[in-house]
Amino acid sequence: MRRRFTREQKTTIIFGILCIVLILVMLQLWLLSATMNAYLGGDRSVIWPAALVSLGCFALNAGLLRYLFAIERTQP
Amino acid sequence: MTMQTNREQITTAPDGRPDSEQPRWRQDFPIDWAQDHYVARRDFTRFLVLTSLAFMVGQFWIVFQNFFRARRGALPIQRIAGVDELPIGGDLTFSYPGEHDQCVLVRLGEQSYAAFSRQCTHLSCAVVAEPDRRRFYCPCHEGAFDIASGSPIAGPPRRPLARITLDFRQGAIYATDVELRML
Repeated sequence: MRRRFTREQKTTIIFGILCIVLILVMLQLWLLSATMNAYLGGDRSVIWPAALVSLGCFALNAGLLRYLFAIERTQP
Repeated sequence: MTMQTNREQITTAPDGRPDSEQPRWRQDFPIDWAQDHYVARRDFTRFLVLTSLAFMVGQFWIVFQNFFRARRGALPIQRIAGVDELPIGGDLTFSYPGEHDQCVLVRLGEQSYAAFSRQCTHLSCAVVAEPDRRRFYCPCHEGAFDIASGSPIAGPPRRPLARITLDFRQGAIYATDVELRML
């Protein structure tokens, strides 16, 4: 059975998710600028690892957003 | 009944006074503050996830570009000038490897030459050779690079200029490759 949250609980959850997503997006921004700098400087070794880490960050963000939609569907 | 239920969900206004003491406009159009905060955070989270997608796409765009750079193969060998055509302390602009890729060749000494891309590593403005001041100067943001090494010495650039690999054959100077560099 899916647990039902009150609106206050959902607001707290969404605030927590927002903080995690914000940190991950900032990490992605840093990763993109560092990779671009390395690529323009001719360093190709970081390109694939950085892309995979960025993909992982997005997957985590998408998962959190999916959870957000899931708790939206449950009525208190 | 539904209207009554909705009214009960509306929380206290920001000034803390009861509903009966609120101005008429707020009584007519009450705002559910808790719901407002919830929706604002939810929508901001959605926007951030979209931003996250954009960053990931950007990251894979670099992978895509790198794939084509790796398949580009060797650059053509191009004659720039004769060895004696350039006086000591002189400079000569040329295009390499493409028609629009501006480069500059400088003669530093009797047997000493250096060639770099003219594209500033900050925002791609064209740098100007200033042999008397031993530097390449970028007029856009006051950037400067060392004339012998191409390393940044002033202003916003953080990466050295791309070096053009030179080869000397039968009294002429040839460009053979472009070397991208990090500090």
